[in-house]
Amino acid sequence: MPTPGWEDFPHGADVGIRGWGRTLEQAFEQAALALTGVLTDADIESQTSVEVECDAPDVEVLLVEWLNAIIYEMAVRSMVFGAFKVTINDLHLRGTMWGEPVDQAKHMPASEPKGATYTALRVAQRPDGTWSAECIIDV
Amino acid sequence: MDPSRFTRLDPTAWQIEPTGAMRVPGIIYADEGLIRDMDEKVYEQTANVATLPGIVKAIYVMPDAHWGYGFPIGGVAAFDADEGGVISAGGVGFDVSCGVRTMLTGLGASDITPVQKELTDSLYQQVPVGLGSKGAIVLDPLETDAMLKGGACWAIEHGWGETRDLDRIEEHGQMAGAEPSCVSDRAKERQRREMGTLGSGNHYLEVQAVSEIFDKKAADAYGLKQDDVVVTIHCGSRGLGHQIGTEFLREMLSVAEAAGIMLPDRELACAPIKSEVGQRYLGAMRAAVNCALANREIIGHYARRVFGHFFPEAELTLLFDVSHNTCKVEAHKTDGASKPLFVHRKGATRAFGPNHPDLPEALRKVGQPVLIGGSMGTGSYVLAGTATSEKRSFASACHGAGRAMSRHAALRAWSGRQIIKDLADQGILIRSPSVRGVAEEAPGAYKDVGAVVMAAEAAGLARRVARLRPLICIKG
Repeated sequence: MPTPGWEDFPHGADVGIRGWGRTLEQAFEQAALALTGVLTDADIESQTSVEVECDAPDVEVLLVEWLNAIIYEMAVRSMVFGAFKVTINDLHLRGTMWGEPVDQAKHMPASEPKGATYTALRVAQRPDGTWSAECIIDV
Repeated sequence: MDPSRFTRLDPTAWQIEPTGAMRVPGIIYADEGLIRDMDEKVYEQTANVATLPGIVKAIYVMPDAHWGYGFPIGGVAAFDADEGGVISAGGVGFDVSCGVRTMLTGLGASDITPVQKELTDSLYQQVPVGLGSKGAIVLDPLETDAMLKGGACWAIEHGWGETRDLDRIEEHGQMAGAEPSCVSDRAKERQRREMGTLGSGNHYLEVQAVSEIFDKKAADAYGLKQDDVVVTIHCGSRGLGHQIGTEFLREMLSVAEAAGIMLPDRELACAPIKSEVGQRYLGAMRAAVNCALANREIIGHYARRVFGHFFPEAELTLLFDVSHNTCKVEAHKTDGASKPLFVHRKGATRAFGPNHPDLPEALRKVGQPVLIGGSMGTGSYVLAGTATSEKRSFASACHGAGRAMSRHAALRAWSGRQIIKDLADQGILIRSPSVRGVAEEAPGAYKDVGAVVMAAEAAGLARRVARLRPLICIKG
């Protein structure tokens, strides 16, 4: 079984993100790392943790809600997050993220995500049992 | 896209005939080269918008169109509330009222040269850009609501702008019908420290010089001469607009389903204009328009402050301020009678022609300035609205060059450091918190803005007045 991971993929004006893992939760954690990857390539220290919760009618909308919850915390706290832990029960997500305040000299933030979108949105289990979670981020 | 998929109405108008669930045709304005290079997704998204209830006449698509969210970027669609017409959060965009303003400085390019580096550093210091930048303004809840109602007028009341600017801002600087109570606490929280910040992505502040005049009469009316220096600002409603877009998109998904609207794409989520959610979105979206107008007014004030330091005699006057992500109620003629329609412009600029009553006296004879942002290396254009644009596109024109290449591909093709160096060799100074951001916004990642504005002119959407070349670019 492939190890968990993430990547970005091309979109006309913005950027697509994809995370995968052995479980749905792991795919969501990896997608969150890909979201951070849109903004910065720098190492991020786990100085502070933030907890969020979200709900949705299906797992795809839940991915959008999760990513938008991270975008919101990044914006209002002016933080970047480099580690994530997710648990999902009956389409209810509890997430913890660890990170540090944005330092422009250290993180050299590129495009700030404006929102996760429903475009190219896909959460699915592959034939080999791994989960993948992906969508386009508006930057 | 394959041109043979269209009915060619004239050299720059390409029609998608209504088939299936499409209620109206789609008309793309472009030359053959731009059509061939245009993303296939534009065709699909144009056809999808044409299926929405209450759409009037056609969906029009501008020459700089590319793949968007539900609506193509560059899409213009008008809806009739009396015919079950809808409002769509995706049709406005995440960055509500993102737009461009250009200010005249009265200086010449040769005035900038001796202080170009210091001026660049000063602008970069004074105008907060990128994530982690902090605005000097912190809003409390009362001030937030006043800003959401007052727009640029609110900024001017606080000393961040000049009253005479208002004539040169759409809606006279203040969008009517804004309802701060329709904006969530989370959206307001996201804006608390973001007033007067530029943001990131394709947003910028540029110092530019007029490099070519195409229409002397219009240029005179606009106050533009060869080599004149102007300041152009491209940004929008920041976190507040993004949060409103995010929240209403989600809410409209279930509303559309409940209203029996078949959505070919979830991103097209919409609500009937005459519905509780539709009205609530209008109130929130209009508040976000005011946020964007206030934001650009404040950044304009910062630019004035910096220029005042280097050039105490210089007076920065506003040429115009346009928004290109909006939905506005406007009277347009359909079947002979004039009717109020809800005109969505997603990545498209309103372009009123000569003699339009909403234009200030000084501009009325030549038409509305239409400000087209190019990429940092290639320059920008000032166009003027034409008499024909009303009939062609509900008085709309293009908004920028439009991307030709994804950020992903741009990162593989270019190095940010090299771009900064190459542009410096051409006399263009770039400042950005991120070299990677510069690579993503590489000049080569954009369409040829010259071809886009030529097509807009040939299609009768707007005519060229002047070309601007960049001298300084502050990039988020």
